[in-house]
Amino acid sequence: MKTLADLRAIKEKAKENMATREKTAKYRIIVSMGTCGIAAGARVTMTAIIDELNKRNIKDAIVTQTGCLGYCDQEPMIQISQAAKQTITYGKVTPEIARKIITEHIVNDKILTNYVFNLS
Amino acid sequence: MRELSLNILDIVANSIEAEASRVIIYIEEMNRKNIFRIRIRDNGRGMSKEIQEKVLDPFVTSRTSRNVGMGLSLLNQSAIQAGGYVRLNSEIGIGTTVTAEFKKNHLNRAPLGNIAETLVNLMIGNVDVHFLYIHRTDFGRFSINSYWIFAGMTEKDCSIYEIVEPAKEHIKKNLFAIQSKG
Repeated sequence: MKTLADLRAIKEKAKENMATREKTAKYRIIVSMGTCGIAAGARVTMTAIIDELNKRNIKDAIVTQTGCLGYCDQEPMIQISQAAKQTITYGKVTPEIARKIITEHIVNDKILTNYVFNLS
Repeated sequence: MRELSLNILDIVANSIEAEASRVIIYIEEMNRKNIFRIRIRDNGRGMSKEIQEKVLDPFVTSRTSRNVGMGLSLLNQSAIQAGGYVRLNSEIGIGTTVTAEFKKNHLNRAPLGNIAETLVNLMIGNVDVHFLYIHRTDFGRFSINSYWIFAGMTEKDCSIYEIVEPAKEHIKKNLFAIQSKG
């Protein structure tokens, strides 16, 4: 049974870990989770992304959520953001396509142009 | 939406948009009263009385990318279809509580669905927010919070992604235990 002090210590350690991850993370994977995204299946897409990162033991990517990006017919949408590089937005990302994006874009550094959606 | 757990994901996204640092998701299932109640409470920005009165309308939204916000109106429609309602309680600077009540055994009441996936995705995708989930039925009570995820990570010395599947299993197993008489 953990004491409150134990829990606080765990929380502080976890916060430190998270802060370090935030700072050192090379890739930021942003999943659009507005109503349209959720209705289109963003939840399973996010699960597939997390699973693929776990399978490939990728430690320098963090997954976050955002609201609707304004292009509801392209949902589920994800964005890959990297320091000093242009953020790439992908549209109609099913769980299978999400796994391909992790493999190609993050592991092999190759943008999957046929799934890219141009926000402008 | 097909599952209430997807509506919950949607409404909690509102809480995060309102800069909440703490979110409580409370589900109560009462067989004798035939009530299925979802309560989502946050400590975000809150809404004025005027906005609260209009916000269930899909054309009332704080979004700037579109003039339509469907999360609350979809939840409201879902509740009304199942003989229920949605009620809001909000105060600027304090937070917002959204209560959705349904008739539990109504034919049109959508199933809760994969709440484990909703919860874990929320916790992983918003590590700065503290989530507390409480689920109460006639047979028991189960709760989990973000500390549980962090504690698991620290104890097993694993990455945040490795804790995902064990966390989902833990939630599903405990919910199953309180949803049946076993």
